[in-house]
Amino acid sequence: MSRTIPARHGGPAAAPLPQRKNSLSLRLKRISRAWQLYVLLAPAVIYILVFKYWPMYGVQIAFKNYNPVDGFTGSPWVGLTHFIRFVNSYQFGQVVGNTLWIAILGLLVAFPIPIILALLVNQLQSERFKKFTQTVLYSPAFISTVVVVGIMFVLLSPRSGLVNNAIQLAGGEPVFFMGSAEWFRPVYVISDVWQNAGFSMIVYLAALAAIDPALHDAAKVDGASKLQRIRHIDLPGIMPVVTILFILAIGNLLNVGFEKALLMQTPLNISSSEIIQTYVYHAGLQQAQFSYSAAIGLFNSLLNLALLLVFNTIARRANQATLW
Amino acid sequence: MSLITNPRTTDTPNRTVSQARPKQSLRARYGDRAFGIAATAVLVLSILAVVYPLYFIVIASISDPNAVYEGKVWLLPSGITTEGYERIFADSRIWNGLGNTLVYTVLGTAVSVSTILCGAYALSRKDMPGRKFLMLLFVITMFFDGGLITKYLVVRDLGMLDTVWAVVLPGAVGVWNLIIARSFFEHTIPNELREAAQMDGATDFKFFFKMVLPLSKPLIMLMIMIHVVAHWNSFFDALIFLNDDTKYPLQLVLRNILIQSDVSSTGTTGGDIESYAAAQRIAELTKYAMIVVSSLPLMIALPFMQKHFTKGAMIGAVK
Repeated sequence: MSRTIPARHGGPAAAPLPQRKNSLSLRLKRISRAWQLYVLLAPAVIYILVFKYWPMYGVQIAFKNYNPVDGFTGSPWVGLTHFIRFVNSYQFGQVVGNTLWIAILGLLVAFPIPIILALLVNQLQSERFKKFTQTVLYSPAFISTVVVVGIMFVLLSPRSGLVNNAIQLAGGEPVFFMGSAEWFRPVYVISDVWQNAGFSMIVYLAALAAIDPALHDAAKVDGASKLQRIRHIDLPGIMPVVTILFILAIGNLLNVGFEKALLMQTPLNISSSEIIQTYVYHAGLQQAQFSYSAAIGLFNSLLNLALLLVFNTIARRANQATLW
Repeated sequence: MSLITNPRTTDTPNRTVSQARPKQSLRARYGDRAFGIAATAVLVLSILAVVYPLYFIVIASISDPNAVYEGKVWLLPSGITTEGYERIFADSRIWNGLGNTLVYTVLGTAVSVSTILCGAYALSRKDMPGRKFLMLLFVITMFFDGGLITKYLVVRDLGMLDTVWAVVLPGAVGVWNLIIARSFFEHTIPNELREAAQMDGATDFKFFFKMVLPLSKPLIMLMIMIHVVAHWNSFFDALIFLNDDTKYPLQLVLRNILIQSDVSSTGTTGGDIESYAAAQRIAELTKYAMIVVSSLPLMIALPFMQKHFTKGAMIGAVK
């Protein structure tokens, strides 16, 4: 059973059946016979053309001076001006640095934890406790980002929050978590784990459930301990899923949690909370610098794409599962 | 494809086997027990770490705000009050937001689910000419997109700003969901069934609506739930596409009150510091209550939804 996650095109190709001489007319016939399928597909195709490809076409404004009257096509070209301005701006280092910091910290901390949790939950003997743990751990995924950040603000409040009450009880000084630049990253990553680790765990649990129990039985007969079985059976068993999810995480590295970062931003922590995408939002939508911010967004997308391609290639070289 | 969990019932023979080879497994058994205890401890701590903050918010929402402020509330509520909830239910912004959210959720879910089901079914048909190319068209958008700014400009050019459509359409079809639905159809609708139906003269439309959809109830449930949860929780599209605050969905209202501390009810008290502080504490109380009220519907529905979501994760994982 192959356990590759996202499919580019699943299964065997749409078979170009044995071609005859009059293949064109045959083809037209097949197409016309399938017209109802095209009708079913049409809304989805129209959707991506309008809301995905039209914006992609519009990305050209990154190289133009966009004005609403001339639109995407008519605005005058200015080459790389906006990119150069961004790279030379004083925010460049800070914004890119903050983005990488959060992304890498998130990957190092938030990526392995669901795997560890899944391995621990999977070895539980009691089905009921297993189910209970699963349900509890993944319930925060259903709380909205707004509410999670709201929870942070009330629990971490310097005057009345639970955490600071505990700190004061222990004799410490209250900390203004949401209003300090150095606490932004820890709070961001910890809350991310709190909210999402349980949900990410589910995929790994599914992969673990697909491992042949006979392997475990055989290992037990040979006297393997639980830890050894986890290391030599469970972990290799879920490795393809881990690799795929890792590549996907890399591909989304710089898109991580933009909404949450935006919600967590306060004027006091902006020096570590302003990431590329929040900067695009501020410069583009709040200050209406459309071309400049589109250029920054494009910079972000391209960086992401490059990371994805590099890691997919590495995975292929290492003979691991790949996206394609 | 093994979609459904396969409970490890085979774990039990352990005992008999280890009795057969006592010497080697004695150490292993102690090691296993120690490991089992450590693992359970880690999981219990994780459970507490997830549950306690939520539990605290619930008890804080019904406790005397002064007791919460002074750090006297830890395990049980103290000085029960329902003022926080009363204030929420008296707040027209909340009701208005809730109404908007319901409209956006119902409409958005209907649009998304029907588009995805129809599209995914067509893409699951291996005999549809151009299937590969069309699929590629969708998949490309997973790896590259035009970005926030151009999306905003497109929505603006379409004249959708400040309309329901700005919240419903731009995110309507997630390619990931499309792929999940497509693999579901590929794996659950046998080719033979279609061929038989076609022999009987059923068109693709007829087959899809009369046969495929009734066979796909688990998928339809999953898709409905994914979109209900997503719409209930989303705020960002509303933030960028809506200016008119009477159209704000609940989450955007919550964001303004919880996070931006929109203190319209407390900030203008002027007066003495004491009454200001009291108002501040009431505002905090209201926040706790607000977190509870806004999360409760999904938390209650969770046990019911879990089954479907777990299956969905597996369709994704196993393909």
